[in-house]
Amino acid sequence: MLETALFVIFAVIAVATAVLVVVQRNPVSSAIFLILTFFALAGIYLLLHAEFIAAIQIIVYAGAIMVLFLFVIMLLNLEKEKRPVARNRLVKGVGVFLGAVLLAQIGMVLHRVLLEGTPGKFPPEKVTALGNTQVVAQLLFTDFLLPFEITSVLLLVAIIGAIVLAKRQI
Amino acid sequence: MVSLSSYLILSAILFSIGVVGFLLRRNTIVIFMSIELMLNAANLAFVAFSRFLNSMDGQVIVVFVMSVAAAEAAVGLAIIMAMYRTQKTVNADEMNLMKW
Repeated sequence: MLETALFVIFAVIAVATAVLVVVQRNPVSSAIFLILTFFALAGIYLLLHAEFIAAIQIIVYAGAIMVLFLFVIMLLNLEKEKRPVARNRLVKGVGVFLGAVLLAQIGMVLHRVLLEGTPGKFPPEKVTALGNTQVVAQLLFTDFLLPFEITSVLLLVAIIGAIVLAKRQI
Repeated sequence: MVSLSSYLILSAILFSIGVVGFLLRRNTIVIFMSIELMLNAANLAFVAFSRFLNSMDGQVIVVFVMSVAAAEAAVGLAIIMAMYRTQKTVNADEMNLMKW
């Protein structure tokens, strides 16, 4: 009962703030509402018993990535947009229509397809006994070691790329 | 007990809001925020499946998605900064040097 109530609260907050991100004129308000969306999603991750993901959602997304966004917005000193959305009415209509079509398609797939699969090796009791973070770390350094190393190379490339692009003259 | 499909429907709604924002907004920074919204919707689907299929692989992949999102945000915002320095705008409609 409590779980359902919390899910509804977090879901409503997430959807409402996500809509506000899209309709706000001021980019700073958009960024603040996006942070609220991330916090609501972190709450939903807690409901799904993914405590580690909830923590890094707040630390990495709300903490690091959104601060980067806010830094850039303030560095560029953007004024409030006069026309936040596309000028052309046709473009506007097509955008909303494509979003609705996509939502309908995903809904139909979820309705038709039987969402089942072979159960994995980690039932909730086992994860609770071992600890969520420990299980994630164990998988990260055994089964997913190669992707983990590739991610570190990707981050190095991103650092170098950002420094080169942000230099005075390109 | 909240069912798997409720989580997936929430994920689909968030993804669609991200798509609409990406298509409608003209400010490049807000377009980037819409992309982050879509990545988060995908993360939610991963975590929901990992919970209901008794597997932890989904949560590990979410960690990778987050690091890719961080790399993407860093490089993308650097590109926006460079663009603003030369074009004095972040409006996607006015960046039309390579448009036919």
